Amino acid sequence: MDPSIADLSRVQFALTALYHFLFVPLTLGLSFMLVLMESIYVMTGREVWRTVTRFWAKLFGINFVLGVATGLTMEFEFGTNWSYFSTYAGDIFGAPLAIEGLMAFFLEATMVGLMFFGWNRLSKVGHLAVTFLTALGTNLSALWILIANGWMQNPVGAVFNPATMRMEVHDFGAVLFNPVAQAKFVHTVSAGYVIASVFVLGVSAFYMLRGRFMPIARRSMAVAAAFGLLSSLSVVVLGDESGYTLTDNQKMKLAAIEAAWTTAPAPAGITVIGFPDVADRTTHFRIEVPWVLGLIATRSIDKTVTGISELVATAETRIESGLIAYRALEILKKTPDDVAAHATFAEHAHDLGYALLLKRTMADPTIATPAQIRAAAWSTVPDVPVLFWAFRLMAALGFCFIALFATAFVLVTLRRENTRWFLRCALCALPLPWVAAELGWLVAEYGRQPWAIDGVLPTGLGASTLSHAQIVTTIIGFTAIYGTMAVIEVGLMIRSIKHGPYEHLDIAPEPGDLPATPVTA
Amino acid sequence: MHMLFEYTTLRLIWWSLLGVLLIGFALTDGWDLGIGALLPFVARNDVERRMAINVAAPTWEGNQVWFILGGGAIFAAWPLVYAASFSGFYLAMFLVLAALILRPVGFKYRSKRPEARWRSAWDLGLFVGGFVPSLVFGVAVGNVLRGVPIRLDGDLRLFYEGSLWGLFTPLPLLCGLLSVSMMVLHGASYLGIRLAASAVRERARLAGSVAALAVIVLFAAGGVLVAWGGFGYAVTTMPPADGPSNPLWATTVPQSGAWLDNFVAHPWMMIAPALGFLGAALAFVGLRTRHELASLGGSSMASAGIIATVGLSMFPVILPSSVDPHSSLLVWNASSSQHTLGIMLVCTVIFLPVVLAYTAWVYRVMWGRVTTAEISTNPDLY
Repeated sequence: MDPSIADLSRVQFALTALYHFLFVPLTLGLSFMLVLMESIYVMTGREVWRTVTRFWAKLFGINFVLGVATGLTMEFEFGTNWSYFSTYAGDIFGAPLAIEGLMAFFLEATMVGLMFFGWNRLSKVGHLAVTFLTALGTNLSALWILIANGWMQNPVGAVFNPATMRMEVHDFGAVLFNPVAQAKFVHTVSAGYVIASVFVLGVSAFYMLRGRFMPIARRSMAVAAAFGLLSSLSVVVLGDESGYTLTDNQKMKLAAIEAAWTTAPAPAGITVIGFPDVADRTTHFRIEVPWVLGLIATRSIDKTVTGISELVATAETRIESGLIAYRALEILKKTPDDVAAHATFAEHAHDLGYALLLKRTMADPTIATPAQIRAAAWSTVPDVPVLFWAFRLMAALGFCFIALFATAFVLVTLRRENTRWFLRCALCALPLPWVAAELGWLVAEYGRQPWAIDGVLPTGLGASTLSHAQIVTTIIGFTAIYGTMAVIEVGLMIRSIKHGPYEHLDIAPEPGDLPATPVTA
Repeated sequence: MHMLFEYTTLRLIWWSLLGVLLIGFALTDGWDLGIGALLPFVARNDVERRMAINVAAPTWEGNQVWFILGGGAIFAAWPLVYAASFSGFYLAMFLVLAALILRPVGFKYRSKRPEARWRSAWDLGLFVGGFVPSLVFGVAVGNVLRGVPIRLDGDLRLFYEGSLWGLFTPLPLLCGLLSVSMMVLHGASYLGIRLAASAVRERARLAGSVAALAVIVLFAAGGVLVAWGGFGYAVTTMPPADGPSNPLWATTVPQSGAWLDNFVAHPWMMIAPALGFLGAALAFVGLRTRHELASLGGSSMASAGIIATVGLSMFPVILPSSVDPHSSLLVWNASSSQHTLGIMLVCTVIFLPVVLAYTAWVYRVMWGRVTTAEISTNPDLY
């Protein structure tokens, strides 16, 4: 099949997924911050906390709908653009998506309506429970989606069935408790909490810089500082957990992130900075901190982190083994009862995906020359410079957020949050967590290439057989719709933020909450 | 746990559950789609439009999950059907998506600004978001009845040999109009029971009555066309009901009138089309005589009966191929593995009753008639 078709589908998927993830993490985090704010309202009974809750709930709502709208696209796209992937893996991959709908999205979507419309119809505790269930639904939703995604990164609990020509589940427990999925879940939701905290912190700082809505801004900032400090710490610590699980499951991704062209003696050092050169397969001007990578990746001082060249050599053997499985499968397609072919296939089935790497360039992989096999083995190396830089930028931003929230926490504790340099920093930090989150997905998904399902199905083969015109039409369509929606959404957000929390003027600001002293620089 | 049921039984259960999910979608999100499609016709100024919108506003989001879950369940239980229908109807699916994206933002953003132009733009969005998906779903069903130009190769890779415009032939268009009429009838009946006495409610009653008659006429016309218009497929080599899911081993050929064979062989199945006709008639009478519960019950019966009719007439075919006898997808050869179907069934048995329970609770909390007075005083409303 035409590889440029698959590339167009990849462009569209990346576009729609990265766009979807602009809204989702804010939903994940802000929903739990609403629970915190409303809990304080229910416990203290102070109306100002109700205003705080309702104000952030309004911004939550503007963001939430786009997360839902763009999520529809994601569920459709596996079928529309990746139909062979869906046929090949639907037996495993469809289940978490369906359970997500049944267990999480139903809860979230049913409760969110009541959260907005039920203020006058529910008791205080009843409404808080609804807010909590909305937050629980959104976060469970992320869990199931990441179980599905985690399976693509580390396809456990499944075997290829020659009779149905697809992967089938044999251990659903392994799919659920996939260590990659679990690590991704905690890292991803923590990232969402950081995004929401930076959002609340930044908007509150905007108010404080202008001296507006101080009672609301101070209280919101206090919640953001505490929630943000915990989240930013956990996102880095649990990101390290992701790094640890990579070593067993996705050695190639780790090697690419570190630009580890060859296996270094244990314990490996971490490359803080350098310039990876793909043509020479080396990294220029590298500055290395000894031992650190070995400690993070293997949690030992005596195990090595496998380098790219060594992993390519392994891939080459696996392609050869995969070709044996492929030949056996060709026999089984014609004579399903061939006992010898069954035995051969079973022995080499775990390498079948590696033979499929060749299928991207030739119809019949069994006639591949050693040079072609070698080239296919090297094609398992993802884009090293992109991963190297994307990861470093993401990690650096992660540490910046810890610094930001540690400062915020100290200043709030000392009641000195009205410090202008800090408020300016908080405001400037607003877009950064989104940058970090998108880079995170870039590392996770672009770093998985050339695989749609690691070691099982190359991305190019998973695509639907569509025409260029069809995909170009939808890419233009999505760009137009999403672009328009983004402009409208940001416009409404800014409008609502400028308007402030007292929309219906049902609660007057409490005089006692105004700053006692004039704002100082 | 997957040993609880035979593979054959599990496939039958999941075929029925597919119907349950589609009917669940048509009954809950159906009225939201219908209200969207009715919006420009029954509500003529801002207050009237807000009345109609606020009938749907608190619950439409949850209702839409029936559709999302339907997609997920087809993916999980019928991966080949999911892959073939979504990639085959590629541009039609994009149209549906584009229209559905307008709904969440339309509901939420419309009331955020007071300008008349802003609001009427979103009203148009809500209309498109209600009308286009209703139409395209029907057109898709019509194409399934006609047969879809799909071909599977030896690796079970799908090739689709049709175009977007090829979808819009007479039978599918008729199904599309029937689907729009169903949703409009259901939406009008729902507006009737949820709105206080008002001009909007009266116009909805009128529109609903017309839609009820349209449902009866179009459903009958569809039946005639399917029976004598040269449609139908027959399975000539039936795969074993508990065999592996590989469509290549079965043979399905076009056979005029074959979609009626099941009703001849199993007359009890006539309950489904009877329910469709009687439901629409009941809804019509209910709307004319202001028996709101009767009209809503009737429109629900009509939707359920019509969807069940399509499923029963085609059984065991799910997606017939019009170009290749070995590429049709059947209940017996397009499902997930026994293991997956079993696990998914356990999840459904546990969670679906929970979903129904809290959905019912949310409806109870939000129940009541939307009045003009409430629109102007309650700041929580859209």
